[in-house]
Amino acid sequence: MLVLFWTDILLFSLVVLVVGFAIYASRKEHLRAPWREVSRSGVAMSALVVLSLYLVIGLLDSVHFRPQLADREDADDVRYSTEVLSAFDWLFADLRKRSEKTYSAPFAIHLYNKEVVESELGERRQVYPRLKFGGAHLPNAQKKTIDIALTSVVAGLKALALWALIVLAIARLWAYRESVGTRQGLQKILLGHTVVSWRAILFSLFFVLLITWVAIDLSQKYHVLGTDKVGEDVFYQALKSIRTGLVIGTLTTLVMLPFAILFGIMAGYFGGWVDDFIQYFYTTLNSIPSVLLIAAAILMLQVYLDNHATEFSSVSERADLRLLFLCLILGVTSWTGLCRYLRGESLKLREIDFIQSATALGVGHFSIIVRHILPNVMHIVLITVVLDFSGLVLAEAVLSYVQIGVDPTTNSWGNMINSARLEMARDPIVWWSLAAAFIFMFTLVLAANLFSDAVRDAFDPRLRTRS
Amino acid sequence: MNSKILQVEGLTSFLGSREYPIRAVDGITFDINQGETFALVGESGCGKSMTALSLMRLLPTSGRIIAGSVRFGDRDLLRLSETQMRSIRGAGISMIFQEPMTSLNPVLSVGRQILESLAIHQTLRGKAAWDKAVDLLRAVGIPRPEQVIDNYPHQLSGGMKQRVVIAIALANEPKLLIADEPTTALDVTIQAQVLDLILELQKKRGMAVMLITHDLGVVNELADKVAVMYAGQIVEENGRETFFADPAHPYSQKLFDSLPGLNKRNEELDVIHGFVPSLQSTFDGCRFFSRCHRALTLCEKKVPVWSHHNDGRVFCHLYSTEQKDTGLSKHQVHGSNNEKLYADNYNDRSALLSVDGLKIHFPIKSGLLRRTVGYVRAVDGVTIEIPKAKTLALVGESGCGKTTVGKGILQLIKPTSGKVMFEGMELTRINSFRLREKRSDFQIIFQDPYSSMNPRMLVGDIIAEGLRRYSDSNATSRRRRVRELLEKVGLPADSMERYPHEFSGGQRQRISIARALAVDPKLIVCDEPTSALDVSVQAQILNLLKDLQSHMGISYLFITHDISVVAYLAHEVAVMYLGRIVEYGPVDQILSQPKHPYTQALLSAVPQLDVRGPRLFIRLTGDMPSPSDPPSGCFFHPRCSQALDTCRSQYPPVTRLSDGHLTNCHLYTAES
Amino acid sequence: MTAYIIRRIFYAIPILIGVNLITFVLFFVVNTPDDIARSQLGDRRITTEAIENWKHIHGYHKPVVYNGTEKGARKITETIFYEKSLRLFAFDFGRSDSGRDIGHDISQRMWPSLAIAVPTLLVGILINITFALTIAFFRATYIDFWGVVLCVILLSISSLFYIIGGQFLLSKLLHLVPISGYDTGLNAVKFLILPVIIGVIGGIGAGTRWYRTIFLEEIEKDYVRMARAKGLPETQVLFGHVLRNAMIPILTGIVVLLPLLFLGSLITESFFAIPGLGSYTIEGIQRQDFAIVRAMVFLGSVLYIIGLLLTDISYTLADPRVSLK
Repeated sequence: MLVLFWTDILLFSLVVLVVGFAIYASRKEHLRAPWREVSRSGVAMSALVVLSLYLVIGLLDSVHFRPQLADREDADDVRYSTEVLSAFDWLFADLRKRSEKTYSAPFAIHLYNKEVVESELGERRQVYPRLKFGGAHLPNAQKKTIDIALTSVVAGLKALALWALIVLAIARLWAYRESVGTRQGLQKILLGHTVVSWRAILFSLFFVLLITWVAIDLSQKYHVLGTDKVGEDVFYQALKSIRTGLVIGTLTTLVMLPFAILFGIMAGYFGGWVDDFIQYFYTTLNSIPSVLLIAAAILMLQVYLDNHATEFSSVSERADLRLLFLCLILGVTSWTGLCRYLRGESLKLREIDFIQSATALGVGHFSIIVRHILPNVMHIVLITVVLDFSGLVLAEAVLSYVQIGVDPTTNSWGNMINSARLEMARDPIVWWSLAAAFIFMFTLVLAANLFSDAVRDAFDPRLRTRS
Repeated sequence: MNSKILQVEGLTSFLGSREYPIRAVDGITFDINQGETFALVGESGCGKSMTALSLMRLLPTSGRIIAGSVRFGDRDLLRLSETQMRSIRGAGISMIFQEPMTSLNPVLSVGRQILESLAIHQTLRGKAAWDKAVDLLRAVGIPRPEQVIDNYPHQLSGGMKQRVVIAIALANEPKLLIADEPTTALDVTIQAQVLDLILELQKKRGMAVMLITHDLGVVNELADKVAVMYAGQIVEENGRETFFADPAHPYSQKLFDSLPGLNKRNEELDVIHGFVPSLQSTFDGCRFFSRCHRALTLCEKKVPVWSHHNDGRVFCHLYSTEQKDTGLSKHQVHGSNNEKLYADNYNDRSALLSVDGLKIHFPIKSGLLRRTVGYVRAVDGVTIEIPKAKTLALVGESGCGKTTVGKGILQLIKPTSGKVMFEGMELTRINSFRLREKRSDFQIIFQDPYSSMNPRMLVGDIIAEGLRRYSDSNATSRRRRVRELLEKVGLPADSMERYPHEFSGGQRQRISIARALAVDPKLIVCDEPTSALDVSVQAQILNLLKDLQSHMGISYLFITHDISVVAYLAHEVAVMYLGRIVEYGPVDQILSQPKHPYTQALLSAVPQLDVRGPRLFIRLTGDMPSPSDPPSGCFFHPRCSQALDTCRSQYPPVTRLSDGHLTNCHLYTAES
Repeated sequence: MTAYIIRRIFYAIPILIGVNLITFVLFFVVNTPDDIARSQLGDRRITTEAIENWKHIHGYHKPVVYNGTEKGARKITETIFYEKSLRLFAFDFGRSDSGRDIGHDISQRMWPSLAIAVPTLLVGILINITFALTIAFFRATYIDFWGVVLCVILLSISSLFYIIGGQFLLSKLLHLVPISGYDTGLNAVKFLILPVIIGVIGGIGAGTRWYRTIFLEEIEKDYVRMARAKGLPETQVLFGHVLRNAMIPILTGIVVLLPLLFLGSLITESFFAIPGLGSYTIEGIQRQDFAIVRAMVFLGSVLYIIGLLLTDISYTLADPRVSLK
């Protein structure tokens, strides 16, 4: 049975919105030109490939359902589990289900802790027991290195083969569009003589494919990033956290956009008391340090949830509501920057000749705003959305650490760090949860930063001085 | 005596990428003698500023010098190390730039910026340096230099800033001063002051000046030698007198012909058709070929050679000895039809628009409670009338309120008081709904062709914007109308599918005109529509405006600071000073016999093409006062050489002079 | 100038009223005091007496905005709104839910916060400007390109990892400084070194990149070309002209943060167990001590408004073009 969470709905409507905008933009030269500029940048295109991988995982993880229970034959009604799963969970069911007892290091085949085991002779010894799943197929530890290498090489070769197919297909298509031979097309693409930086796309695609394939194949046999305190696979947790990061990074801006655009343009265009009121409004909101406002709001939400616990059908639903609310409150604290900027821009535009000319032609306020002002500030909105993304992903980790972030039951990098931090004092140190969160977060944020820099430079290099 | 202090040979500078460079300066050669003024003339984008920056080795990051030599004295500047070059900059060769507003560092005092220059080349410090700086300021005509030296740039007016820039340039007594459009950003009366100053300093110090300008009038006032640049090359070089008497290159000839003026009132102005070719392309023949009205067949395929002509040299096949007898090119450039006369079809003198006592004041708020403590009196009682199919020119310097008058008439700014009667309807009184209905009758064209169109809209939609509201038309009829309008302003019909940025400045002004015409206006307020354009393009726009008036009977309120345009286009002139009109009457009377001392000064400050030397110069001292705090009595009296006692206390009333034109001046009060 | 400052202080009043109302609504209207008590006591089958008792102890037993049972002005003053919200205007923060005097706690705990925040800020600015100027000097070269790439990489790392990594490397592996803790007087220095170093390094990416763009924007301007045309060497152009102008946006960007330094850094202080206001706030949040959070929200807003005022004043000092009227 399909389950629709609020964040799922919003996330998918965002996808629809982006696709719609892409179709619209492809018809408008002034929108197409900057995107063409972005597509020329090899760095940006590589970043886009990485972002796409995250996006695919995040979207797969946003299709939620409740699996049908393996029912007794005679039951008339179909019964569903109370547990909500996602398409991602279903695809990586092995990863999800193969829990160990407690900590184990990456690629380990033994547990991290010694346990007392009673041998057949009744002798009690402290040993590191074998893992239930990690490397369970191996007879002994010596074979491990060879097995890992072999699996990696095979996976790598598969990735290479797929990549070669994709390269050929793209070269073929490109050559067809440019009406040249496939061979020549291939040559041009690999030498980087194309408008869109296909070379960068394809090479980063190779690395993405290689890493993904090797990681997936290895994760079937080992816990590639170890297990956590309750024995859950860290690799699985890190992957699950992608959705949280994406939701916070995108939905936050999505919920704040209408307010920022409406208020910003109204304040700048109409001036007078409208301006005074809107300025007062955002200065007031802005003057509360955002962490404290978030803290206050989340604490109050927690009180509300505590008192209305019965109204939610599942833990996931409750956690989702908290996630959505976090996006909302983050949106409230972050819309003022954009609003102020749009106000300033509209103020300038209001005096510019083409707006004056439209007024002289008798065009009404509404039409002027929609036809003249909005299209001329949209690039600022776009730049803000992409620039804010990485900051929000980073903010999630900090907030979760302060315990005013997402629900503790939600998978998120912040929660991973938070729980792993307590184990910092252990000797030898349990480092893999931190490392996993670090790698996944860093890759996403770096890719987002590189991409957004290219977008900003293409749309409006003047905005560089905005910190 | 005539020793050459600068010899430039084959200088070539490129901008932009290595694969497709912009050949901004393409092999130019010239000499400058000691103590002479060498003028480099050309339209925007011809490479004249890049030439100057190449000489100083100050090209922007994307630029580089490819070839050539620049001998300054006995050294080749292009071979010096950066450190050696630095000892030349500001000491041997100084440069002043176009924008005095941005040339000075806003956070450093004037004194520090001069002292810095003295310290680096003369190691002059302390009291001696300070004295020298004060002397320099005094030498460039800055009053109270001891005080100004501690001022920050923003406390000075534009003219004063440019004087400071000149003082800095002169600090180390350079042998050569490069002046890149030194007066373009200044008003005409201030321009006259600064040009006089440069001339005087040059005489006193015997330094050479390289003057870069687009204004032939300025060249005539200042230059000894003239070189004309076109598309990265010099095409003609000659002494000033010979050049002005008999320009040789077809391009130079066209530049003169396209200038407007009183004597051309009844004819169409000559224009240069087509565009300057892209400097990214390579050329087989003459770069001016495609636009030349005298092109020969060989011009297309063969690069011209230098020929001697009238003591000067010209880069044109027409003057080369071997090619004299080749026939005219088949390639046709439309000859202009100078014969076309503008008949005055409209004799209805009743006013289409009459403005009475228009005042527009902007409050200044200050103090604890933001109370209004005063007003900027941008427009302070303007009374004008425009008859049908006539042009009233509103003339004045920047800050006099002329643009505000235009916007006030169109109700784009709400007037503080006064009446604006349009066809008997009081525009300041009617409600916003009726005003919107009425707006199609009066339209506006702006100065800046880049900001006057929404860059996100197709040209077709821009022109149709007014149609959408007024006609109950559908998309098809709108398209038909847009096509008609494009044709009327001389643009191809497929322009409607393109975006504004694909058009040049002149074409954009045509689109603006088409947009205004779309709603069949009776009056168009033209707010300096040609001042951002090159002369050859300006001529096209003036022709179009004149043509539309004679065919459609549109009235213009033409706001401008350019007297030659006024002379060509206007029927009546109103001269504005500090928010008020000081002189008002028919164009020929005002231009030939100006009565108000301000008008006289304004007209005499305009650099002339035909006369030089013994001509009445009235030089205004000081700057225009602030409209928030106008002087008592006649606003002009602090700068007026003929001011009477009454001028200090009483604002002069309107006086109708014997030839019928009006002025507000106590000198003529008795006459009436 | 004085008139301007007085007027700005006037303007601050409605903003503070707004902040006060927002916090009031958040804390007492979204959830009733009963809800809070129930949530604090943490048991669903709690008796009404227990709730009433809890409310009495923490002063939440009065009506929210209007007390009909009292007389005269007490109808207003004997309410939660008056006691918990309006008193904030007099900087009377009241007692925390655990019964401590918040005002006293704040005055005690702001010093350790400042001891970390001020050196971090100053050293950070110095280092960022040095790096940014170096990059700007080598603009359009490989040094510039890789410098920017390094900045982007640095700013893509979460501040949590800077702290964890720093603690692990410097304290745990190298044993250079204590991993966390605090002491009074000069003994505090050894505890401060690590958080300051980490704070500075964590800020290099964003700071250097931002300053670089400011410098580059200034370098494009006409007056810089004019300075070069005078024959000034590039170093003098950068230090005498570019830096002087670039300091205007840099300074004013920093000044607005100055008052907020009192509040300290939430995560730094909690990681290093420094008894500052940041860790105080975190403890308040984690113990769900609403009185502390409310006090900090109000204090933060006041400090922010002071920051805005200081920014405007610093403009007049840094930029001769600006004068406040």
